[in-house]
Amino acid sequence: MHGFANPTRFLKLAKWLTPLLLLSGLVLVAISLVWGLYFVPPDRLMGETVRILFIHVPSAWLGMGGWTAIAISSLVYLVWKHPLAAISARAAAVPGMVFTALCLATGSIWGRPTWGTWWEWDGRLTSMLVLLFLYFGYIALSQAIAREGVSPRIAAIFGLVGAINIPIINRSVVWWNSLHQPASISIGKSAIDPAFLVPLAIAVLGFSLLFGGVVLARMRALLADFQAEARVRRMALETA
Amino acid sequence: MYEALDQWDFVVAAYAVGIAGTLGMVAWAWWDMRRAEAKRDKVKRK
Repeated sequence: MHGFANPTRFLKLAKWLTPLLLLSGLVLVAISLVWGLYFVPPDRLMGETVRILFIHVPSAWLGMGGWTAIAISSLVYLVWKHPLAAISARAAAVPGMVFTALCLATGSIWGRPTWGTWWEWDGRLTSMLVLLFLYFGYIALSQAIAREGVSPRIAAIFGLVGAINIPIINRSVVWWNSLHQPASISIGKSAIDPAFLVPLAIAVLGFSLLFGGVVLARMRALLADFQAEARVRRMALETA
Repeated sequence: MYEALDQWDFVVAAYAVGIAGTLGMVAWAWWDMRRAEAKRDKVKRK
């Protein structure tokens, strides 16, 4: 792991991995969404709206996965002080925020015909909304830190503390009465029929590859900005 | 009161939001990466 913390080695790897992840992700997402729209049968209870599953579930998974990535990278930064870990935490924030927003939006669209309401202040929906606000706070904080040129330590602590919300989101349907259904998939078990499970697995894989590709692209952009600024500063010092 | 809703309207809306959001994010991330790397290479050449 320490070997990949070297920016030169990371850039060499990321150069071919970024387009590979993005292209394979786009292909798998396209396959799963076409499959979900045209070839999956309507559900016995939810009817045609079950097709929203193939966008909503990967978005929820990656909204939470994004913050988990921030927390792990923040921990690595705080323990080993690798600058690349701080960059990877920052890079995961925007895609994590986008998927959290997509999860809330598609869930709301799904809730209207299924529950009869666009929104309900229950544990799952509220904790997911809190996650979106945490992303807003983290992005604003890390941008301010980068602009002022100070240590990303505060953002890393924020990333770690915010991770407390992830198990709350996960357990919310167990701890509180909720309109949201309990988890259909757990380790080694699934309550979902294979007709839905196979395209769902492809959708989760495809969106995850896209997420990985976007995180790598963001890391490359942040690293390039940092290198350009460092170079300009060095040139200014040399001419002074 | 019974309210007749066409479920497909909601499916199409969810797909439109999901696809637009995802493609928008991918395009922005790719474009911003290319912009930053071009800027770095330009500074390096000076």
